Amino acid sequence: MHRMTRPLQLLLLLGAVALALFPLGGSEFYVGLLTKIMILAIFALSLDLLIGYTGLISFGHAAFFGVGGYTLAIVFQNAETIPFWSALLWVLGASALAALAIGWISIRTSGIYFIMLTLAFAQMLYYFFFESPRFGGDDGIFLFATPEVSLGSFTLNLQSGHNLYYFVLGWMLVVYLLLRMVLKAPFGHVLVAIKANEQRVRALGYATGRYKLVSFVIAGALAGLAGFLEAIHTGYITPAYLSWHESGLVMVIVILGGMGTLYGPILGTFAIVLLQDYLPNLTEHWQLLMGAIIIAVVLLLPGGIASLLQRLCDRLFAGRASEASGENNASAPSSPPVSSTVLFAPATPGRADNE
Amino acid sequence: MDLSFYLIQLLNGIQYGLLLFLVASGLTLIFGIMGIINLAHGSFYMFGAYLAFWFTGLTGHLLSGILLALPVALVMGYAVERLAISFLYRRDHLYQVLLTYALILIFNELQRMFWGSDVHSVPIPPLFSGSVPLTDTQAYPVYRLLISLCCIGIALGMYWVIQKTRLGMTIRAGASNREMVEALGINVNRLFALVFSLGAALAALAGMLAAPVNTVYPGIGDSILIISFVVVVIGGIGSIKGAFIGAMLIGLADTFGKVLLPEVASMVVYALMALVLFWRPQGLFGRG
Amino acid sequence: MSQATPTGIKRRTLLKGAAGVAAASTLFHPVFAIGGQAKVKVGLLLPYTGTYAKLGNNIKDALALRIEQSGGKMGGREVEFVSIDSEAKPPKAPELTKKLIKKEQVDFLVGPVHSVVGMAMAKMARQDGLITVIPNAGANQLTGELCAPNIFRTSFSSYQPGFPGGKAMLEDGHKRVVLMYWNYGFGKQVAAAFKQSFLAGGGTIVKEIPTPFPKVDFQAYLTEVAALQPDAVFTFYAGGGAVKFVKDYAAAGLNKHIPLYGAGFLTEGVTAAQGAAAEGVRTTLHYADSLDLPANHRFREAFQQAYGRPADVYAVQGYDAADLLLQGMAAVQGDTGARAEMITAMESSTIDSPRGAFTFSRAHNPVQNIYLREVVNGENRVLRTVEERLEDPAEGCSLA
Repeated sequence: MHRMTRPLQLLLLLGAVALALFPLGGSEFYVGLLTKIMILAIFALSLDLLIGYTGLISFGHAAFFGVGGYTLAIVFQNAETIPFWSALLWVLGASALAALAIGWISIRTSGIYFIMLTLAFAQMLYYFFFESPRFGGDDGIFLFATPEVSLGSFTLNLQSGHNLYYFVLGWMLVVYLLLRMVLKAPFGHVLVAIKANEQRVRALGYATGRYKLVSFVIAGALAGLAGFLEAIHTGYITPAYLSWHESGLVMVIVILGGMGTLYGPILGTFAIVLLQDYLPNLTEHWQLLMGAIIIAVVLLLPGGIASLLQRLCDRLFAGRASEASGENNASAPSSPPVSSTVLFAPATPGRADNE
Repeated sequence: MDLSFYLIQLLNGIQYGLLLFLVASGLTLIFGIMGIINLAHGSFYMFGAYLAFWFTGLTGHLLSGILLALPVALVMGYAVERLAISFLYRRDHLYQVLLTYALILIFNELQRMFWGSDVHSVPIPPLFSGSVPLTDTQAYPVYRLLISLCCIGIALGMYWVIQKTRLGMTIRAGASNREMVEALGINVNRLFALVFSLGAALAALAGMLAAPVNTVYPGIGDSILIISFVVVVIGGIGSIKGAFIGAMLIGLADTFGKVLLPEVASMVVYALMALVLFWRPQGLFGRG
Repeated sequence: MSQATPTGIKRRTLLKGAAGVAAASTLFHPVFAIGGQAKVKVGLLLPYTGTYAKLGNNIKDALALRIEQSGGKMGGREVEFVSIDSEAKPPKAPELTKKLIKKEQVDFLVGPVHSVVGMAMAKMARQDGLITVIPNAGANQLTGELCAPNIFRTSFSSYQPGFPGGKAMLEDGHKRVVLMYWNYGFGKQVAAAFKQSFLAGGGTIVKEIPTPFPKVDFQAYLTEVAALQPDAVFTFYAGGGAVKFVKDYAAAGLNKHIPLYGAGFLTEGVTAAQGAAAEGVRTTLHYADSLDLPANHRFREAFQQAYGRPADVYAVQGYDAADLLLQGMAAVQGDTGARAEMITAMESSTIDSPRGAFTFSRAHNPVQNIYLREVVNGENRVLRTVEERLEDPAEGCSLA
């Protein structure tokens, strides 16, 4: 894991404080929009664990997001009150279980085959919900109750937009810190090493399959958490949440934001959702702009928005740059966070890493 | 349901499979030789359909429409390779996914700007618009048979090019060992541009051939994209033979799935893919 | 930008300064606004991209046309549109609806086309109490279990084109029928309503074939239909699926001896693309282009003149949505604060629609005639009225 330079840390902390203060002055609409962004950010963070750190490119991650939402909707469909903590247990359990089953089969393959296998399972789940009349079919399921969060004698009412905002912000920070902890632990080091060169790690005696599976299950459970929060936020769930478009979108968010860093996916979510909100004001053909912006990022910013931020910080605090780069690991600050792959793979043009 | 019913369904499955093969063969070549995950491959199919609609409207005949549209598709493929894809050869797969995803957004928007959101249809040439009576109750559309014949012709042509020509040798070598081809001093850039344009043209041709039976509407490329990837993966990346077998499997599984297992028809092809990969993690004809 | 000319509606006819004034003045009733009354803001959540784009555009344009016809004003106040592309994507619906309600602070909500988007929207409109007019989305629930005093629909419920289908086919002498439909919410509801009247009238369903939505490969199913040899086939398909289905049906030679019936969407706005294959197809719907009513002739002429393309049923629904809002606003002289009075006026209104005059049920769904049409020379000709003033049963609605 990259260590962040001090200025970057400060900047991110500033961002977090701004987020915490936003509802005090922001309009109700933007409070809602930011809530959605933070939920998606949790979703993106969970995928980052797979594609940014473990090297597992899942093209079916929306499946777990959907399973999270559906678990809440199905288990508590007729309940008048929904106790948050037991709902959370249900959701985490169901999405982790789904991830365990899908992951167990999928991690036997690698490269593009893994991408397509995860897609296949997500599509099957999508059609399962889409075509099952029991679970509402394509209409989905509406939730008429909102979970109640009780901590001791204190109860938090999530129907209030502000409360939900802070609640989601809290969860985003929890997930961020949790992933940070996981990645700093020996377990995390093994994951990163697997991404760089799985054969070598296996040669060292690690059962890499098991590590990959655990990573897949953690990511699945966290995606389920995000889906659960989104179902609370909007009050309904439809199969559209499981479609490959959503899996594709979250992948775009992670790569655009900067995979292999934990703040990158968060930045990516803000960028994509705010652009989706803003661009239609400019032109009817806003998708053209969206496409052009993404292409520009791919061609000009190899490490995504995260690398831009890092470079910006380095330049702004140029005096401390030399000290800062000393804190970094092998890759230079300007190189993309995926550099580990590049380090280990022979740099041949057009090389497919499907070994 | 008697035997003839299943035979006709067999015909339906083969026809669908052959069409899928046209799209998937280009995709697997681009994949295998260039190492590019091209999400925008479906867009070429879409442009093929719209170009066929457009040129057929201008010239009044499908054949002339296709003859005019094909070079346009080739040029488009070439332009996309030079202007976008060529920057990605040294980059991680994920950036290819991202860039080609952006291309989908752009192409869909361009389609909307040029042709609007209406559903269009392309007339079948009168010569082929009838149907052949097969039994007392069943008739089979002549044009569908024609599609199958065209696809078989193209497949044989591809087989000949790949097995018997110098270009084919290079392509085969590139698909199995790209580094080797480069080491042998073959102009890789030119090979890549050629393969990409050909792949794009094949997808576009599939769109053109299918336009009269499929109708032409926005988003038509997205639906074919995922299923083509399924075909490629089942067959094994870079293998034309695999793409052919994969396309046939999917065509038949989809058709018979609809008839025999209507409740889970949509899941059948994905379940098939999961099974194949469970059994052979590199696809049927993939390199181990 | 100040008036809503049919061509002048941009995605957002709104300058930043104007937005502030409008928002502030709606807070304190329009009469206090400086320099005359504040504009009425109508929020449109319709698809302008993707499969449903054409429907969204026709609804929007016809709605603007109707308001333009009454001087660009509603209840004496000028009208301003805030239009958002729904993209017909359900996951985006809550956010976009919220954008119109909270950020733009619109006075009315019009939309959407897609039923699932409609349900997300209706849920929020119920909570907010904002007067909402649905110009298409036909899911029964919208004027069923999700019905609310502030939600109106000027289109149809899926029951309405489906139920008369069974009656019409029995009247035409078809007793053994294959039922085919896209297997999703709306298709299933149309099919269920069809079965209700068809089975009650003594018909037999030889086979029910739900096909995956939104896929358009029908060849395998048509082979099955040919083998079953029913008297006729009843279907629900729309848009690209409808074009493809009707063409495949003809290409397989089925149209020669097995008559094709369907809910009206099968031949609505797509007959040009279907060509000769559509000839003779019979469908049930609350409208037909060729309907010989003065209101219809007037509307079609005006729409053609304003936009240079023919109107369709979706345009009619948008046109009527505007009419409903105009009647409501006229009753309260433009005072958007008087919601309860407006709702009462809207409930008892009669819409002089191009489809024929209609009123509203207690669940706020049109009580309207359903016609049996047949395609002749690429045009839906009315054969007869199958049901007079058909009312949706509004199951689960607390208002009914």
